[in-house]
Amino acid sequence: MVIDINSFLMALLGGIIIGTASAGLLLFVGRIAGISGITAGLVKPAKGEVPWRAAFVGGLVAGGIGLVVFYPQAFPAVISRGPLLTAIAGLFVGVGTQMGSGCTSGHGVCGISRLSGRSIVATLTFIASGAAAVVVMRFVGLT
Amino acid sequence: MKIVASAFVSGLLFAIGLGLAGMTDPAKVIGFLDFFGTWDPSLAFVMVGGILSYAVAFRLITRRHAPVFGTQFSLPTRKDLTPQLIIGSALFGIGWGIAGLCPGPGLASLATGSASVLAFVVAMLGGMALYKYFLEKRLA
Repeated sequence: MVIDINSFLMALLGGIIIGTASAGLLLFVGRIAGISGITAGLVKPAKGEVPWRAAFVGGLVAGGIGLVVFYPQAFPAVISRGPLLTAIAGLFVGVGTQMGSGCTSGHGVCGISRLSGRSIVATLTFIASGAAAVVVMRFVGLT
Repeated sequence: MKIVASAFVSGLLFAIGLGLAGMTDPAKVIGFLDFFGTWDPSLAFVMVGGILSYAVAFRLITRRHAPVFGTQFSLPTRKDLTPQLIIGSALFGIGWGIAGLCPGPGLASLATGSASVLAFVVAMLGGMALYKYFLEKRLA
């Protein structure tokens, strides 16, 4: 087990900023900050639903640019899985978040905060299957 | 316009939180999911920080009748535990564990210009489209 107090504190700080950003979206726009759901609403657009979703996703990308400029250590390494496996992972994430109605943000942060039973079950499920995927990847020599 | 600006600022702040927290580091995410290896529990504190702050804010904000720039809150109402919820979440977790990326960090990491990240995001959007246009009706 890796214990690094500094990364614990940064994780806590980052989590509080994520919670605050999500609270801002609820307070000002009235929406749950579920990134997969917001993004999917751009893939299959409904009337009047596009502008705020595009702005939120644009903000995420812009925030990423800000990190590259001011905090590049946020991106210490490129993914080492290779493009094919990475694309397969992306496909699983795309289909899975839509079938499961959410991801780490919508279920893991917002849903658990609301004490949603669905979100608690979803979060336990994707952490368990993620852990299983890591084990399998190591077993087949793709760590 | 105010709604669009608010959503943009929220997305911006969200990405900064992800970056500071370590969620945009796939190796760290995989370390968090590696319960049976050299487990790095630090990312659990992202959920702790996010849940504590949002849980308090949610209770305060939903005392209002409407959001500041909108007519009504749009909140999930479903309570049923369905096979779709569990199978979908399991599929998502597999992708998350393989790439070390979930949707938010994937989108925020586009700024690195990495071809792998681009492949991830394009495939994720394709997967969303596949579900929304084809699978959703058939699985309902």
